[in-house]
Amino acid sequence: MTKDEIQEVVLRVLGRIAPEADLKTIDPRTSFRDQLDIDSVDFLNFAIGLNKELGVDIPDADLPKLASLAGCVSYLLSRMKPQG
Amino acid sequence: MPSLGADMEAGTLVEWRVRPGDAVKRGDIVALVETEKGVIEVEIFDEGVVEKILIQPGEKVPVGTPLALVRGATEAAEPALAEEEKPAEAAKEPFAPAASPIEPAAIPPVPSKRPHISPAARRRAEVIGVDVFLVEGTGADGSITLADVERAASKAVEPVKSAATAADRQAGLRRAIAAAMARSKKEIPHYYVGTEIDMSRAMAFLAAENAKRPVTNRLLYSALLIRAVALAIRDVPEMNGFWIDGAFKPVEAVHVGVAISLRQGGLVAPAIHDVNKKNLDEIMREMLDLVNRARTGMLRSSEMSDPTITVTNLGDQGVETVFGVIYPPQVALVGFGKLTERAWAAEGMVVARPAISASLAADHRVSDGHRGGRFIAAVDRLLQEPEKL
Repeated sequence: MTKDEIQEVVLRVLGRIAPEADLKTIDPRTSFRDQLDIDSVDFLNFAIGLNKELGVDIPDADLPKLASLAGCVSYLLSRMKPQG
Repeated sequence: MPSLGADMEAGTLVEWRVRPGDAVKRGDIVALVETEKGVIEVEIFDEGVVEKILIQPGEKVPVGTPLALVRGATEAAEPALAEEEKPAEAAKEPFAPAASPIEPAAIPPVPSKRPHISPAARRRAEVIGVDVFLVEGTGADGSITLADVERAASKAVEPVKSAATAADRQAGLRRAIAAAMARSKKEIPHYYVGTEIDMSRAMAFLAAENAKRPVTNRLLYSALLIRAVALAIRDVPEMNGFWIDGAFKPVEAVHVGVAISLRQGGLVAPAIHDVNKKNLDEIMREMLDLVNRARTGMLRSSEMSDPTITVTNLGDQGVETVFGVIYPPQVALVGFGKLTERAWAAEGMVVARPAISASLAADHRVSDGHRGGRFIAAVDRLLQEPEKL
């Protein structure tokens, strides 16, 4: 999967967690929590959504790496590469 | 029209999920209803066969209005989905439907009979998903024409399209919250107690559990809090139930309402049912699902109508302490603040420990501060043995 494809999946999953959000205005370096008022339950739903879409398990200790769009994409890219 | 919370006065029927002749059983989702709190899936609490639809999509009716008639296996048809008087005589003579409110003569279109409809109209109805039993025929002898089907289809779509805009719904939700909270503050003599709870054991338990679990089975500490509250009710049952008609009605089942703030503004507090009988995994799964459905506006009627106590966790917002307002007719609300590391004095030393502030707002007509204190102490005690939750 390319970086762009992963980003597309991330935004799609995010859209399900925050249906009212305008995803086009997301700043990739700022945390989702600050931009979208996401709580811990939403965030776990987001991680589960990524796991289901991409088949990547995300260890508990790695969850903070999913906090922003840029962080999310680079983390998932690194988790998916070794398997490919 | 079921009451989906003490603050609801009316609802708009959006869509039927059943049609006349369908068999239904307890828990089936039969209709979608729009309220200030979004579109709610309405479950049925009877078993039988849908006899007649009384309210059409787009109609707004007060709480208590029968939506449909359901004929039970051994009884005459009765209004379903509303706490209406049941036809007592009919129940005594189950095979004498004449005593029921829908004696055959009272229903002009016999639901089981196929309506007269032109073949083109029937095909069109099938394609666009129109229930021909609900279409008013304007053709010869009341037969249904293609134009009737088209008209019915546009009517069926209209209410959804013209349903309240987001801003309207927002204003409606605000009004509903205003009514419930004003009633709470006017009627309920609240008292408050609170304590700091050492969460070091709970968090160590969670860290160990979550290290072993795939992301789909992770636990959040909120699940421990909800479970601890439900179990503390065993010690102090007067926190669980309703104040109705000047008296406390305790409830055996523990349905914990979980306050979920909606990002567009406002909040809902749907229930996780029977929390006292569920393990942490089940509670966790239901909480994730509940929050997800609250966000997308698709909660179920039973979740909206029957929480017996509410838990609100405002820790994500960074507040330290919650001073709760009870959601009537409930009699208690437990609030949790932010989980932070604090200087904690224990065994003659000051150490850093994760701690959370727990507060209880309770109805003084039902319990006293002493009992409230016991309740919060029980929550604390339960959280010190997280592996037993």
